[in-house]
Amino acid sequence: MSDRKIKLQIKDMTKKYDNGDGVEHINLDVYEGEIVTFLGPSGCGKSTILRTLGGFLDVTDGDILIDDKSIISLPPEKRPTAMVFQSYNLWPHMTIYENLAFGLKLRKIPKSTYDPDIKKMLELVHMSGSEKKYPGQLSGGQQQRIAIARSLLLKPSLLLLDEPFSALDAKIRQEMREELKKIQNDLGITVIFVTHDQEEAMALSHRIVVMNKGKFDQVGTPEEIYDDPQTLHVASFIGEMNFIDMDGKTIAVRPEDLTVTPGKGKGDLNATVRTSMLMGHYVSLTAQYGDKVIKCFIDRDISEELQVGDDISLTIGKHTIFKDGQRV
Amino acid sequence: MFKMLNPKRFYHAVGRKKFLEFILLAVFILFFYGPLINMLMLAFANEYTVPHILPEVWGFKWWSYVFAQKSLVSSIVQSFVIAIVTTAISMVFCIPAAYSIARFKYPGRKVFMLSFLLTNAFPKLGIYTSIAVLFYKYGLMGTYPGVIIIHMINSMMFMVWLPASAFRSVHRQQEEAARDVGAGPIRTFFKVTLPMAMPGISVATLYTFLGSMEEAQGTMLVGLARVQTMPVAMYGIVLDSSAVQIGAVFAILLIIPSAVMIFLMRKYIGPEAIAGGFKMK
Repeated sequence: MSDRKIKLQIKDMTKKYDNGDGVEHINLDVYEGEIVTFLGPSGCGKSTILRTLGGFLDVTDGDILIDDKSIISLPPEKRPTAMVFQSYNLWPHMTIYENLAFGLKLRKIPKSTYDPDIKKMLELVHMSGSEKKYPGQLSGGQQQRIAIARSLLLKPSLLLLDEPFSALDAKIRQEMREELKKIQNDLGITVIFVTHDQEEAMALSHRIVVMNKGKFDQVGTPEEIYDDPQTLHVASFIGEMNFIDMDGKTIAVRPEDLTVTPGKGKGDLNATVRTSMLMGHYVSLTAQYGDKVIKCFIDRDISEELQVGDDISLTIGKHTIFKDGQRV
Repeated sequence: MFKMLNPKRFYHAVGRKKFLEFILLAVFILFFYGPLINMLMLAFANEYTVPHILPEVWGFKWWSYVFAQKSLVSSIVQSFVIAIVTTAISMVFCIPAAYSIARFKYPGRKVFMLSFLLTNAFPKLGIYTSIAVLFYKYGLMGTYPGVIIIHMINSMMFMVWLPASAFRSVHRQQEEAARDVGAGPIRTFFKVTLPMAMPGISVATLYTFLGSMEEAQGTMLVGLARVQTMPVAMYGIVLDSSAVQIGAVFAILLIIPSAVMIFLMRKYIGPEAIAGGFKMK
């Protein structure tokens, strides 16, 4: 990793709003060609960081470097970044072609140069033939494709995406996700992605930054975040997780890491079957353990032997232990 | 077929409720369009005496009379000049004010907005009289600038509130997207914000223009009959009862610009556009 070129460097950056909210002492290096996702609940400061990168917010303290040059004193129009917003990206009084050409014209690029680029870019986002349409004539997903195309046409050093798919419905969101990953792979650009959707973050990112209350909880690959959560918040925010309290500690175990055996006393915990739901190739079973409900994903052949109310034993496989919210 | 025109048959055919509604509508239409039709008729009546319903002689006599009168023609020109200048100056002052109300939060913003209502909340004549005192001091009585200021005071509320709501409807992200692709703040305003707010601004402009065209009270008072716009000239004519037809011709001349502009902007004029302008946020 260390021999890769650093694209973006955030150095001890602090942004405080007047009401005291904001982010403090943010440090992060992003390598060239990487997709880094800021993931967290709303209000955790992830958009704040993105907006300081795009130039829409001033930083209170610290520095931001792109290609080793500080950008904090530059207005948005002078920064080598391009941003795609959650919605309302396009200008409704311009055609798609005019929307795409706007930034290129400002850069004094001759039409003969950018015209083929626009054609190619529309092809890349599967929107060929929409040049003469107005944004109002396109669906939400199509508008976001155009917005991404417009950003990519400017060949930014850094592409910033602020929950670009959150206004779209689930199926289109998934398609867009796959397409974005493919485009990023083809063009090799560096992307900063902000989302509150952990599934989206897992699917897209090379690295995920999990945020909580203006601070970084954990930075790591999707595998590290999923398999090895460093804080209770990360463990609860990413994927499904059971939390079992024992001697003042919390054991966090994923539903797929629990083994169910019929009968009492054959595992770590004694419980009874509460519900059993067929999810397709596996069964999602909830077990009553004292006053706690524990979720397990089990094979279908085991579930067929079990009735609601039956005694079962749970064996804890891979797990993590937390004390006071931190990993032990 | 004519049997159906019998009111009794009609009453029983459509029912009591519908029948009353029909009567009400008929009265309404007569009330609204009756005077208009009468005016249209009078404008083309060379000779007309009261007991008759229709004019005795039709023709364009009064039209040629109006256009032959130098003072009347000059009043038409003055009206247009004043209306255009008023609209232009109002735009220069009010659109930036509207933008600031829509985009920036500063103390006294609501008071600032309400202050435009004040000029419309008090009896106009009182305001004009007190303004006249000031205008005498500054030598603005009987001058074009004086009249234009009066017209601007009347139009300010529309000219600030409607564009403010139009600017508010432009999403900040759309402006930010323009900044992001490389446009500076000024270019962003002229290429993105202003074109998107144009419908609201054009409605406000229309009101200002039409309001200035028909303003008579203040113009008479401050203009001291030296500034003769069409409505002011009309007062003189209406008081001179011997020539009703000149009034009718004038009224039609006054309607033409309004009708043309309303037709051109019919897409933007509607209850929502106007109601939208009066939201206080």
